[in-house]
Amino acid sequence: MSLKDIVNRPVSEWMTGSGPDRDVVLGSRVRLARNVAGVPFPAVATDEQLAHVVDLCRQAVAKEPFLGQLVSMSSLSALERQILVERHLISPQHAKGTKHKAVILRDDEVVSVMVNEEDHVRIQVLMPGQQLPLALDVADRVDQALEEHLPYAFSETRGFLTACPTNVGTGLRASLMVHLPALAMTDQINRIIAAVGKFGLTVRGLYGEGTQAVGNIFQFSNQVTLGHAESEIVHHLINVTRQVIDQEREARQTILKRNQVALEDRVLRAYGVLTHARLLSSHEAMQLLSDVRLGIDLGLIPGVKPEILQELLVLIRPAHLQNRVGRELAPAERDELRATMVRERIVAGKGENT
Amino acid sequence: MLCDACKQAEATVHVTQIVNGEKRESHLCEACARREGEGMWLEPVFSVHKLLGGLLDVEAGGGFGAAPARSRVRCPNCGLTFADFKRLGHLGCSQCYETFDQQLEPVLRRIHGGTTHTGKVPARAGSALRRRREVERLRQELQAAVAKEEYERAAELRDRLRSLEQAETDAGSRNG
Repeated sequence: MSLKDIVNRPVSEWMTGSGPDRDVVLGSRVRLARNVAGVPFPAVATDEQLAHVVDLCRQAVAKEPFLGQLVSMSSLSALERQILVERHLISPQHAKGTKHKAVILRDDEVVSVMVNEEDHVRIQVLMPGQQLPLALDVADRVDQALEEHLPYAFSETRGFLTACPTNVGTGLRASLMVHLPALAMTDQINRIIAAVGKFGLTVRGLYGEGTQAVGNIFQFSNQVTLGHAESEIVHHLINVTRQVIDQEREARQTILKRNQVALEDRVLRAYGVLTHARLLSSHEAMQLLSDVRLGIDLGLIPGVKPEILQELLVLIRPAHLQNRVGRELAPAERDELRATMVRERIVAGKGENT
Repeated sequence: MLCDACKQAEATVHVTQIVNGEKRESHLCEACARREGEGMWLEPVFSVHKLLGGLLDVEAGGGFGAAPARSRVRCPNCGLTFADFKRLGHLGCSQCYETFDQQLEPVLRRIHGGTTHTGKVPARAGSALRRRREVERLRQELQAAVAKEEYERAAELRDRLRSLEQAETDAGSRNG
């Protein structure tokens, strides 16, 4: 599959598949930061040194086909790079400069490796639902394959050495993306976020900050990378998140019991707007999608597949919209196309299920 | 009306949300509204400066007579000084961890609590450590076997230990 096919494909694997605890956990992500011994980190390395790192990665990919293909950022247009950002395959920073930057991509988009971002190598594994242990396992295999070809910077006391000391040790950042609409509705979200922070996890609203998190989607990640084994870090994150998942489920049932009509009214109104609106801002779309997803999870909106939320969160973003029509769009045009896209996908999703 | 987020540009995206009968409004400019849509799966931002507060200055800069001299030390591999690290928030190369080992120790403790890696040991870069851990494990097994009077098993373990230790000596003399 060529990169063009990946860019033009409507949805990625991690958006469509299901997974354990998928009523609350939308996805799992594992990131490993690695560097080549002796070569300065990308921020201070010379062009020659950066090119050398890309070469090492190219050799690795040639020998280990399961890694996917290496694509240099300079071979991509600004729009293509932005599409990779919107799909979470590369970071916004990685899309900015192109010189000696590359990405290793696998067709299924589960694994992507950024070359010469903040560290020489950043391995990322994305999976739907709560599948952190499996994601760690996959990342581990990619890591081993790369190490065959890249002499890693590793210290017996400090572990894997990274550009920023906040990543040193395991180089592991594990994250769970959780949808917490009922905790937000019952005004418990701030208390929960503060509590989770006390357990050494960082929480960020995926769109905006704190209670302003549009779409009620939050990302929980480990903060500490040194002094604990990878499996401990992952299990700590899972255990803390498990408590939040339980509270979210409880809050959903409480709302359903106490005020089912009001809840039905809210989620069905959201559904009505999404299936009939002719103009939608991304902000409004995200809030309504959160309501609709809650309705689907509680069985109040039958026949619509739950993954519609993850899919549309990506598909309604500017580069994806632009790619669809093949030209730049004015904001008003974008809102119109976004509304069309949302209607189509929800209707299509219904068709697949019935 | 100015954008709620950046407070600079004119707000063109207006959202009214009713939550439990309570009305909340937000007004954003196009750029900020779009930026809000870019947040999924972003790395959490850890500012080294923020995480450490005044620690970097106290530990590595002012106050002590010896400290200023130490902060002039340059990494022999990439040329970075500790002052550069404080300013940039990142190190220059893997060797910086050795060069600034002492100054980094309290920094790592503040960020992570611990300062010693206990996780994965890579096959190639960590082969010596892997071998030492294996030797340690075999020694413990050997002791246990002797204690339980399993002499056949002990002999087998002793032979494996010997060959591993031999391999280590060979590797040591090659590298030395």
